Amino acid sequence: MSPPETQLTLYGETFDSRLLLGTALYNSPQLMRDAITASRTQIVTLGLRRQNPASGDGAVIWRFIQDSGCRLLPNTAGCKTVKEAVTLAHMSRELFNTDWIKLEVIGDEYNLQPDPFGLVEAARILTEDGFKVFPYSTDDLILNQRLMDVGCQVLMPWGAPIGTGQGLLNRYNLNTLRQRLQVPLIIDAGLGAPSQAAEAMEMGFDAVLLNTAVARAGNPVLMAKAFADGIDAGHNAYLAGLMQSRQTASPSTPVIGQPFWHQSTPQ
Amino acid sequence: MIQISLNGELQREDDNCTLADALVHWQTQGLIGKQYAVAINGEFIPRSLYGQKILHNADLVDVVQPIGGG
Repeated sequence: MSPPETQLTLYGETFDSRLLLGTALYNSPQLMRDAITASRTQIVTLGLRRQNPASGDGAVIWRFIQDSGCRLLPNTAGCKTVKEAVTLAHMSRELFNTDWIKLEVIGDEYNLQPDPFGLVEAARILTEDGFKVFPYSTDDLILNQRLMDVGCQVLMPWGAPIGTGQGLLNRYNLNTLRQRLQVPLIIDAGLGAPSQAAEAMEMGFDAVLLNTAVARAGNPVLMAKAFADGIDAGHNAYLAGLMQSRQTASPSTPVIGQPFWHQSTPQ
Repeated sequence: MIQISLNGELQREDDNCTLADALVHWQTQGLIGKQYAVAINGEFIPRSLYGQKILHNADLVDVVQPIGGG
């Protein structure tokens, strides 16, 4: 178990890993299973779709996820209305036996941007229904404050639109969220490289949620490890305290005692 | 007989068929698996109500299963 300062606490539950991993888009269920192991994650996301018993992969994926022992974070991916998201959340709670829900209410088909108005309303309804809501939001301060107002104790702002791998597009907004909001903040979506995840952690974010960057890597298992290492490095750097950047160079080796410096020529 | 939509496909069921009866029927036919949750006309139906819920003509039934997700 990690020391308390390195543990992640979400709705009263503690975790050693600060990486939440998605379970979609892998070329095989076996690859997904091995990536979960390599990532050292303790929380995985998953979804619900209409039954298709003809596709055997669904049952295998579900068995591997159960065997992983990870905490489940079901999503409402693809929902475009409050009603759809609320209904799917209830179906998830029954099927997965958890009150955790990654709430997605999508407002735009092109960039899969959350609908802020629907998101807040769905979060309010679900919180009143006893759910512990993990809202997938943008980096807008007021939206995230409204989500807290309706009971969200964890927020998941995007780094960039889902699946783009563009990293942290709006550092000003993200820094503002970190400075102003005293709840766990998870960067959800848009990250493409471990260096981007490390940067998010250096900024003080509490965790990172990934899927595409790992699942679509040339070697997803190795990339899962790379992200885990990057997140650990970034979080340790945040705890250690980064130096202030500055314009003027400053020597790291002491100047005093420098040989050949200001030497007088012997007479 | 009534005609309902199961995950977008038309199905015929007996009059006064309960959701519980229909789910057994669909499992026997291989249309659904073992792990599922149900909504009818966009409303979640808790498992405890399957035996009481009577299907009606033109009902839209969604039966969902776990899948990988991000």
